[in-house]
Amino acid sequence: MQPITGTPFLIASAIKIIVIFSMIMGLVALWTLVERRLCAFMQNRLGPNRVGPQGLLQPAADGLKNIFKEETLPPFADKALFMLAPMLSFTPALMTFCVIPMASPLPTKWGLVSMAIADLPVGFLFILAISSLGVYGIALAGWSSNNKYSLLGGLRASAQLISYEIAMGLAAVSVLILAGNITPHEIITRQHDSFWFAAPLFIAFFVFLVAAFAETNRLPFDMPEAESELIAGYHTEYSAMKFSMFFIAEYANMLTASALLVTLFFGGWDIFPGLSVSAPPWSVTKTLLTFGAFWTKTLFFYGLYIWVRWTLPRFRFDQLMDLGWKFMLPLALGFAMVTAVAAWALVASGIGLNHKGALALFGLNVVLAIALFYGLDKGRIIGGAGMRARPELKAGIVSHLGAD
Amino acid sequence: MAITVKTVRRPAPGKTSYVRAALKGMRLTFTHIFQKKWTMQYPEETSQQGPEAWTISKRWRGTHRMEVDENGKAKCVACGLCPQVCPANCIKLVPGEDEHGNRYPLVYEIDEFRCVFCGYCQEVCPEEAIHVGVHYQNAEYSRDGFVYDLERLMKQSHDVSTLWDPADPKGE
Repeated sequence: MQPITGTPFLIASAIKIIVIFSMIMGLVALWTLVERRLCAFMQNRLGPNRVGPQGLLQPAADGLKNIFKEETLPPFADKALFMLAPMLSFTPALMTFCVIPMASPLPTKWGLVSMAIADLPVGFLFILAISSLGVYGIALAGWSSNNKYSLLGGLRASAQLISYEIAMGLAAVSVLILAGNITPHEIITRQHDSFWFAAPLFIAFFVFLVAAFAETNRLPFDMPEAESELIAGYHTEYSAMKFSMFFIAEYANMLTASALLVTLFFGGWDIFPGLSVSAPPWSVTKTLLTFGAFWTKTLFFYGLYIWVRWTLPRFRFDQLMDLGWKFMLPLALGFAMVTAVAAWALVASGIGLNHKGALALFGLNVVLAIALFYGLDKGRIIGGAGMRARPELKAGIVSHLGAD
Repeated sequence: MAITVKTVRRPAPGKTSYVRAALKGMRLTFTHIFQKKWTMQYPEETSQQGPEAWTISKRWRGTHRMEVDENGKAKCVACGLCPQVCPANCIKLVPGEDEHGNRYPLVYEIDEFRCVFCGYCQEVCPEEAIHVGVHYQNAEYSRDGFVYDLERLMKQSHDVSTLWDPADPKGE
């Protein structure tokens, strides 16, 4: 079936934009509640459960409150940039989503409708480009607030994003080596034909996952906000709906990062590799099933963000940079090279990159992962600054009051 | 209680890792999701009602209550000790005397807003008339509502505080 063209294409696109936009906004609102409820459960509390059944209307109440609150505009702030920053942070967060396919293509009588808003041939590059734009909002917010804590938050955000963007991009390179394509749809098809890339590219998945946490400024990498150090970092001076925009942007970024993880490493809307239920010929049932599969996987990672946030403590800034530049970057770079050599060897020896090749790469990754987590990771813990400097601490158990 | 020193056992270098520690922590938080929740849902669950009714200490010092004798009169003899001992100066007492020469309070008011709930009034009272109560639900619509007069103090029906018992100092 031919892809949809002409006027039906425009109408279909408009419908997709409206549906997906409202879906994301709804989900983001819901997730602020899920986060609060889940963190409460982890702390043996109940969380907000008063507004509506199980507190379901809490996001609506919060939104209403934010709309009616007073907008403050600090007299010392740079007015134009101060107003621009929330928009700059909000827009890219939502824009990234438009190239991620959420289900298998839908056949209609006008043609095949792709389930991404825009099925860009350079979709992956688009995602990398737009997701990096989000930092401008944060950096500008910090700078234009004309407040030292906000500025520190903005600076931290830009330093952190640059550091982890590299590791993220390099981790994605190994995906592109296996997929041989940068179109999201093609990457998913490749995963359906061989296996979800999380298995043959486990190390890359791990690096990407950690980098995604850093990119979205979530704990344990929430240095730009760091309540205890910077009050609220870059959005200290913001109130009401402008603050809300940053908040929505953060959650939308998390959603996008989850969707991206699923698309690159968990087969996107693929139900299971090799099953005919997620392979052509397309039908409406298949679209619905794959839609469910995509959101199940995405929401799992969306939930993982919350789970990790309420478990891990925050890094110190030098530890964050240490991890980014000295560990993640070499790891991602090395792994991209290993994958490239392995893929070349597999193709050259005639095994190819389908099922058998994926299995071989999976074996390689298991070996590497064991070496990595046992060898490299051993002995690494976030100790106090005096941990390494004091030789007596290395011998046996450190039992010392005020060790850090 | 004697001061004790707790030695914090730091992990030995070489025996710990980021990843293992993180996974352990995540297992811990996950198990907590399904554990009992300790939140007391106040308006539905109070110390009197609800499936999770809790108990408040017998030594709780809340709003006052005036004890009443068998004739339905206040036990107070207007001796004036409680306004004297009150550190917050919240008790207003105007003594009167009847035809038999018995003293009784003409006016007895306690401003619960000024009160610091120290319980001295109860301790000092020779007739065991005025008491602080085991009670905490005191909402009012106006400030005036917090000035309890004698009639209101006599009408209170909640338990009175067991301030201190030398045989049972913790009130167990």
